[in-house]
Amino acid sequence: MSIPLPLFIAVPLIIAFILPMFGRKGKAAATALANLVTISLLVFAVASIGKTEVYEIGKWSIPLGINLVLDGLSSLLLLAINVVATAAMLFSIRYMEQYTAKTKYLSLFLLMVAGMNGVVLSGDIFNLFVFLEIASLASYALVGFGCEHEELEASFKYMVLGSIASAFILFAIALVYGNTGTLNMAYISMAIQNSNSELNAGLTFALAMFMAGFGLKAALVPFHAWLPDAHPSAPAPISAMLSGVLIKALGVYSLARIIFNVFGVSVQVGWVLITLGVLSMVVGVFLAVGQWDFKRLLAYHSISQMGYVILGLGIGALILANNGKVEWAAMAILGGMFHLVNHAVFKSLLFLTSGSVEMSTGTRQLKELGGLAEKLPFTRATCAVASASIAGVPPFNGFWSKMILVIASVQAGFYGLAVVTVVVSLVTLISFLKIQRYVFLGELPENLRQTKENKGFMLVAMVFLACLCLLMGSLVLVPGLKESILEPAVKVLIDGLKYSDGIIGTL
Amino acid sequence: MKGMTIIVKTISSWVKVLIVLFGIYIILFGHLTPGGGFAGGVILASSYLLIMLAFGREFVQKDLPLALDSKLDCLGALLFAMIAVLGLVLCDKIFFANFLYQEYLPGKAFDLISAGTIPLSNIAIGLKVGASLFLVIFLLSTFRRDTSVNR
Amino acid sequence: MPYALCFLLFMLGLYCAVVKKNMVKIVIGIMVMEYAVNLFLVMLGFRVGGIAPIIDRAQYDPVMRQVAAGFVNNSVDPLPQALVLTSIVISLGSLALMISICVRTYEKYGTFDITQIRRLKG
Repeated sequence: MSIPLPLFIAVPLIIAFILPMFGRKGKAAATALANLVTISLLVFAVASIGKTEVYEIGKWSIPLGINLVLDGLSSLLLLAINVVATAAMLFSIRYMEQYTAKTKYLSLFLLMVAGMNGVVLSGDIFNLFVFLEIASLASYALVGFGCEHEELEASFKYMVLGSIASAFILFAIALVYGNTGTLNMAYISMAIQNSNSELNAGLTFALAMFMAGFGLKAALVPFHAWLPDAHPSAPAPISAMLSGVLIKALGVYSLARIIFNVFGVSVQVGWVLITLGVLSMVVGVFLAVGQWDFKRLLAYHSISQMGYVILGLGIGALILANNGKVEWAAMAILGGMFHLVNHAVFKSLLFLTSGSVEMSTGTRQLKELGGLAEKLPFTRATCAVASASIAGVPPFNGFWSKMILVIASVQAGFYGLAVVTVVVSLVTLISFLKIQRYVFLGELPENLRQTKENKGFMLVAMVFLACLCLLMGSLVLVPGLKESILEPAVKVLIDGLKYSDGIIGTL
Repeated sequence: MKGMTIIVKTISSWVKVLIVLFGIYIILFGHLTPGGGFAGGVILASSYLLIMLAFGREFVQKDLPLALDSKLDCLGALLFAMIAVLGLVLCDKIFFANFLYQEYLPGKAFDLISAGTIPLSNIAIGLKVGASLFLVIFLLSTFRRDTSVNR
Repeated sequence: MPYALCFLLFMLGLYCAVVKKNMVKIVIGIMVMEYAVNLFLVMLGFRVGGIAPIIDRAQYDPVMRQVAAGFVNNSVDPLPQALVLTSIVISLGSLALMISICVRTYEKYGTFDITQIRRLKG
């Protein structure tokens, strides 16, 4: 059964506009409807694993019309987005009772999900920009949702930097249109290949601006300044969504699609990606160890784990540009993509557990917490699972992806990078042991004697993600799953410029 | 926010009719002349803004309460989405297809009723943009300079 | 080259957004950047001696349902104009959100100066 692709975008969008009509009395009905939407999107995403499709909107054939493309990379990211969205929506049934205007929150959340699904499915570069803006605007509003002092400051900072990034991206799209005359990604890549595949000055400048713009959305290191303020100040399920999927769908996916499929890899681009990746890994983790705010520490770790993903992509790009062995490039990209999906799951689980701790105790500062192991048993167990995953302890999923990355970089000859990766893993382990010691072990302070465990849907969401953490190691170990879920994504990136042949040839 | 003098009130209540008429003209003829949904919606919102400036904010709040405005906003978006989904249902599973033009009602060129579902989309967008822009300006105008400054 | 002047305007907007200390001036700087990008997009479609891309009855042949060749050869490119329309709407929404956050921040902190709104550190 094939699902028409626009349903991924249309269903959350339509429900997002029905929800404000419910008013104050229909809050329970609105919440139930929103949860139904995210669960059905998850079912659609699972049903479209392994299919490839090009859908033209309005029966206008490309390049006159817009098309939606579903290939391996898109289906992997759709799966990640909808899994995290389902868990965050389940979590926010209880969590968002602390805030007013819950129906507006649900409607903005569904708009963000619709925007992200649109970014991942779009086959046209301006359509990607429009959906990127929809998701970004919804996230700016959601970060400042509580309207307290710190949230408004964080939201303003995030919004200024995000708008500057969007202006850079639009400028680059204008340069690409001026140089190639079309907006469809397949036709752009065909035009670039036809002109003896050397990028002229305008297109090189456009590539640099794309890297700046999408790098800021992905929070890579020179452009990371908004993330440590925005992610802690948002409500916990929104932090989970932002850190778990927004920086990946808007930043890393778009960068990978533009570099590998439209412009084509080259040696300089590979080295730039490797540099950005190493800087992000190192700076993120060393700034994270000294933090005393639970969520701020987790936000700095997001920066460093994004460095892992970009490092994998960069090593793959460099090997492909040097015409090295394709298997080594495939292994590096497999490590990067698998780490992307793993990070979505365990980082969102970490943010949800921090939200659970904050809802029970009312504080996020590590020095004021302690000894919560008996009071919050489920939270402690899931937090331990997620911490082990992010630090790379076997048999959780983080270990497998980090191991693949280390093996790939050793095979390609980058011994220094492998050593840096292992050192950063060790420092990550140190900072998560710090969390475990300060939050769950140790002395229980006086004012926290009355904390109780959170029940209901918050637990369901956390346990769901923890089980995924345990089971996702099997995505690389069990051969059938690897071929159907991860390998198509890697193949799309390795094939690179043949993306355009696939789309133009099917029509 | 108080209103203005009686001369301004009289004239603006006559002029608002012309502005609304102009806005509706731009929306409806969007497929033939420049303009379309967005520009016409902005003009409709500005007619209500003229009334707000001339008569004061309380008058407009009684006339078009905020709850009604936000429902009009959602209604405009839902109409647009319904047109797109009807394309999916009626025109052999192509989303957003211009089903009126291709199957039911082709019309002649340069007529008002031509180009299929594009005028209907323009009307929906005009309604949504007008309602939401007015809502934004109304809510921003409740800012006062020296209330509740807590550091 | 008009494109270089557009880029200069873009850089002026970026300078204003980076250097100024008043929140509203930062928002104005971002708006100038977005205007510069819209201007760049519209100028891409320009053709010297071109006509506006609106078909009227004189150029349309109802029997063959085709447009006169003179129109296609002379008209300015209409695709960037559609892109700019979308981009203006997006920047309108973004501006509304930015201004309302400025207003709320003023109500909480009492100042528009960003050097004094620094509770989040580290």
